[in-house]
Amino acid sequence: MKIKSQRDFWSGLMFLTIGVAFAWGATDYSFGSSARPGPAYFPFGLGILLALLGGLVLFKALTLESEGGDPIGAIAWRPLLIVILAITVFGLALPRLGLSCTLPLTIVLSTLAGREFHWRGVLLSCVLLTVGSWALFIVGLKLTIPLWPIYFTG
Amino acid sequence: MDLLNNLALGFQTALSLQNLMYAFFGTVLGTLIGVLPGLGPVATIAMLLPSIYTLDATPALIMLAGIYYGAQYGGSTTAILINVPGESSSVVTAIDGYQMARRGRAGAALAAAGLGSFFAGCVGTIIIAAFAPPLTELAFKFGSAEYFSLMVLGLVGAVVLASGSLVKAISMIVLGLLLGQVNTDVITGAARFSFDIPELTDGIGFVVIAMGIFGFGEIIANLGQPEEHREVFTKEVKGLWPTREDFQEAWPSVLRGTALGSILGVLPGGGALLASFASYTLEKKVVRNPRVPFGKGAIQGVAGPESANNAGAQTSFIPMLTLGIPPNAVMALMVGAMTIKGIQPGPQVMTSNPELFWGLIASMWIGNLMLIVLNLPLIGIWIKLLTVPYRFLFPAIVVFCCIGTYSLNNNNFDVFMTAGFALLGYIFYKLSCEPAPLLLGFILGPMMEENLRRALLLARGDWSTFLTRPLSAGLLIAAALMIVVVMLPSIKNKREEAFQEEV
Repeated sequence: MKIKSQRDFWSGLMFLTIGVAFAWGATDYSFGSSARPGPAYFPFGLGILLALLGGLVLFKALTLESEGGDPIGAIAWRPLLIVILAITVFGLALPRLGLSCTLPLTIVLSTLAGREFHWRGVLLSCVLLTVGSWALFIVGLKLTIPLWPIYFTG
Repeated sequence: MDLLNNLALGFQTALSLQNLMYAFFGTVLGTLIGVLPGLGPVATIAMLLPSIYTLDATPALIMLAGIYYGAQYGGSTTAILINVPGESSSVVTAIDGYQMARRGRAGAALAAAGLGSFFAGCVGTIIIAAFAPPLTELAFKFGSAEYFSLMVLGLVGAVVLASGSLVKAISMIVLGLLLGQVNTDVITGAARFSFDIPELTDGIGFVVIAMGIFGFGEIIANLGQPEEHREVFTKEVKGLWPTREDFQEAWPSVLRGTALGSILGVLPGGGALLASFASYTLEKKVVRNPRVPFGKGAIQGVAGPESANNAGAQTSFIPMLTLGIPPNAVMALMVGAMTIKGIQPGPQVMTSNPELFWGLIASMWIGNLMLIVLNLPLIGIWIKLLTVPYRFLFPAIVVFCCIGTYSLNNNNFDVFMTAGFALLGYIFYKLSCEPAPLLLGFILGPMMEENLRRALLLARGDWSTFLTRPLSAGLLIAAALMIVVVMLPSIKNKREEAFQEEV
């Protein structure tokens, strides 16, 4: 069997899998009856519906011709991984290192996702964004975000 | 003269110093993100949601609304000057607007877009004020069955009007509905799909989804694309005032665009994007012999769509304000904002919070006035912003999104979830799955389930209740008709054409 549309093939597969997973997961909860729908009633039905829709997309991807096979194209691994890493590092660091250290870390990391990297520009961004965020979020909006590393303040 | 009294109350609220300030801040910010390509109102409003905890409900909503319609103005500037639509609804403006700029008529194009938008914004505001009360009356007649059917209609509308594959769009909605099922069941109190993670029993935050998919997902997608060469027409922006001929050509287009946009904005799934596409198609049909052909810098191709997208942006507030049902992703965030402020969106808002309701409407008119000042005389400032390279921009967006998600619950769990949704957002982008319907489904999911189960409970498990109640049946028939119409081969081709031709 030949895949006629790459994008549709994978999205169909994705919908099918997620639908089945939700429907299967819903079997853990009580289904109830139409007169007394339980917690599983709605998600089970939706899961089945999504699986059917996924099947339909999959079927179309295998039967209907599309222009040039509709390829997914190159995956931007570098920005993808670095941006996700930057977010994760932010999440891990903020409660421990505070805003003052976490932001420069996140900014330097995420800038690496782009094509160009100039230390002067990055340092400028770090200073501007860190001071700006402190002024906006901690002073201005009074959000309770730690500013300094917990190791300093004890 | 209820309307006048109500509007008087609205202006009284909107003209207070604090509310004026927030309206101004919102419109400036909206213009800013509209001008900057790669940052849309959905991500921005999501980023700002945590900050509204410290605000009152009225200024908060005034500010968020300002961002939305401000972005419609700003988006056209970028479209005209560098041929990159700052906002998806400005895609069609770029076609003729950029050509006008290349011929040294950028000023006239910007003026046509700005003045058209202002006119449309005023009309849109009046329409909201006039139509919201009767619609609210109607909404009070709604029971659970009607609400369920209305949401079905809303979701179907969102699909029909989305670009790309219909089946995939429906799948995205269902996926959104399913993501909304990760929560604690309201009726029995059972935790669902939580994998024993306590944070998940409260459900996934929609800010997390919006920021992950719309904020981060787009950054990754943008970075993955080859750097484009941008030509900015900064020197040529002289002679802002259009000529007499321009006026004569543009005003019928503005009127048509406003009318079309106002109607399409109210429809579920409608709003600014669809309005601008439809208006461009209409202009091409109606204007038989343009002085400058379409695609080569016709002023009608700028004035029409720009008026339409602003009118659509305004009137899409109607279903959200009167029924509590968001017609698009931005309105879904507004519903979220109201919930954060402890206001249950729905028909009762008009009576329980009249200052909020009428103040918001009046602020839209004031905001539009601010925008015309911001965008025409001060255009030079925004043009300078266009020269800020993306490599400075995206780390800032990353940082703000991260702080925003963290401060939602002062918990880094939400940050990690956002990272997951960033990955998902990029996958959607790669598989050309439109993410807006997903967000809509996610917001409506819990409401739909509750109404479905309540309706079934009341009807003792009889599914036909949705068809025997006349209002509910009417809504479902409308939804079915929409699907049938879109499936018709002739319309189907037109729809694909309309979305593909210009993109």
